[in-house]
Amino acid sequence: MSEKALMKGNEAIAEAAIRCGCRHYFGYPITPQTEIAAYMAKRMPKIGGTFLQAESEIAAINMVYGCASTGRRAMTSSSSPGISLKAEGISYLAGSDLPALIVNVQRGGPGLGGIQPSQSDYFFMTRGPGHGDFHIIVLAPATVQEMADMTRLAFELGEKYRMPAMLLADGTMGQMMEPVVLPEEQTDPAEVMKGKPWATTGTEMKRPHNIVNSLYLKPDELEKTNLARFERYAKLEAEECRWEEYLMDDAEICVVSTGITARVSKNAIAECRRRGVKVGMIRPITLYPFPKAPLAKAAERVKGFLTVELNMGQMREDVELAIRCSKPIAMCNRVGGMIPSVDEVVAAIEKEAK
Amino acid sequence: MAKLTFREDLCKGCGLCVTACPKKILAISKTKLNHKGHAPVELTKPEECVGCASCALMCPDCVIKVER
Amino acid sequence: MAIVFQKPKSLTDAVLHYCPGCTHGIVHRLVAEAIDKLGVEGRTIGIAPVGCSVMAYDYFACDMIEASHGRAPAVATGVKRSLPDRVVFTYQGDGDLASIGLCETVSAACRGENITVIFINNAIYGMTGGQMAPTSLVGQVTQTSPYGRDPATQGMPIRICELLSSLDAPAYLARVAVNSVANVRKAGQAILKAFTNQVEGKGFSLVEVVSTCPTNWGLTPEKACQWVAEKMIPFYPLGVYKDKDAEAAKEAAK
Repeated sequence: MSEKALMKGNEAIAEAAIRCGCRHYFGYPITPQTEIAAYMAKRMPKIGGTFLQAESEIAAINMVYGCASTGRRAMTSSSSPGISLKAEGISYLAGSDLPALIVNVQRGGPGLGGIQPSQSDYFFMTRGPGHGDFHIIVLAPATVQEMADMTRLAFELGEKYRMPAMLLADGTMGQMMEPVVLPEEQTDPAEVMKGKPWATTGTEMKRPHNIVNSLYLKPDELEKTNLARFERYAKLEAEECRWEEYLMDDAEICVVSTGITARVSKNAIAECRRRGVKVGMIRPITLYPFPKAPLAKAAERVKGFLTVELNMGQMREDVELAIRCSKPIAMCNRVGGMIPSVDEVVAAIEKEAK
Repeated sequence: MAKLTFREDLCKGCGLCVTACPKKILAISKTKLNHKGHAPVELTKPEECVGCASCALMCPDCVIKVER
Repeated sequence: MAIVFQKPKSLTDAVLHYCPGCTHGIVHRLVAEAIDKLGVEGRTIGIAPVGCSVMAYDYFACDMIEASHGRAPAVATGVKRSLPDRVVFTYQGDGDLASIGLCETVSAACRGENITVIFINNAIYGMTGGQMAPTSLVGQVTQTSPYGRDPATQGMPIRICELLSSLDAPAYLARVAVNSVANVRKAGQAILKAFTNQVEGKGFSLVEVVSTCPTNWGLTPEKACQWVAEKMIPFYPLGVYKDKDAEAAKEAAK
């Protein structure tokens, strides 16, 4: 029987990771995600796992790179400025076709910014979490339950498509406490190493050596690896988009939002419905691959869209691309750690409805 | 009695073995070039080789095999 | 007739791309000889750096991982924490280990990670065409110190063995050279000890190998070996800077 517990979002990720066989966490303190490190520091030694507070976020991502090379479910977590530091390491993970979990609990930016929530790493994570042509799977949880569930999904999708995966949460998701149902069943950490013939575990003199590498000096070879990678991405885009639809059947306005702003928007939508406004929401769950299809479909019916984000307008561009600029898209955005209130979103919806 | 075997194709003519040889019986060829365009090393007096392997120890390219 | 010397088994058949007379080839061989002697090729995982030896992953027959510049000790840590019974080594140049990766080097040493680090100190950045390294000597002319390294603006060279010897955790720190037959023999012994330490679980072991870069020093391989003797070794004295085995033996003798 699964257990229900009241947990902080950050801690839910950590516990969920352990239950799906992750025994190696490498991280560095940074607000608002340090609870993940603290939780791992307590839990890992008790279960024979590794908790290592690295000398920097750069070192941590490189430890993940080494650990993932051996076929383990390895993870790191950080917040926006620390993720900037990890950019090269993420590119290496992607270029070496390694699965790994990176958690980004976003804070205000740019620069040192603030410690309050944001969603301002959307472009960074979906366009280029590092140099070169590549993607990482990006999942956007909106509840503490999703923080837990998406941890397993991130590991599984990453391994299926041989690419890094990210849990992209805004700061509120990391800090809020909600009831979570965690699976009782635990994945054996040795099990997760099976089915990875590419892993560098030592040849045991039984096979040719494995090389984990992203250097291909011959241009035709490097092109081949890029093309092969993008074939996998195409399959991912075709088969793994996830999103939630809320009251979209008769909607004339479509709100698009994730994380805490999706929750505020849900309340705003409920209020607007009471006032007779036909509004619904499409909440992307996978930010890469982005759920273009339901948005394109909605664009055929609705009068307009409203994106609600904690940034200066980033996911809005993906909505624009998905609907091919066919309908107006208004924005209700706050930055710096400010979060729009239900009234603000209601006002924005009503304005768009006119 | 010692026997040296040279992988001439791997030799880069760097001369480290020539300096290392205590008997001074190695020399970079003045007449030959290998397929890479390097002048490889030659054993000038095989009968004087004692098989100390100094040449092989200094060779960065594992050109020389030493038997005794 | 018995074979007195031949190429070690844990080097592949790949032809080394290094410049004629570059001592990388000698050190690769010494590492492979240590792996062969300990019989651990099947459970060894090596970490290649960014530098001239970036393609070391093609030269060693064990599993290999290419690390980003300077981060090999962190990558090695990730591997060793995953599989503690494997033999994990890094092979790094002076930019990789003493400049961009200095923090990872010191931190791994500080944590006493049970890994083996091979540090190639040739006082220059070879791969990128001969720029100043943290280990370049005062007055040394390089592409980025065209008037000779000036301590006033470019600082003094860094001595890694001495620096790390101030830490409690490392088990073995030694500086050797490969510019002469005698030195190559001693280097081989130090490298074997550094690997043996890991197999015996003794902790962080690093061998700094004073090496040559004939191409970027503008010297013949032979003159480059002389330059090591005349200029480098006086500043980077050869010797053992930390040896917990020796310390333990001394204590026991008391």
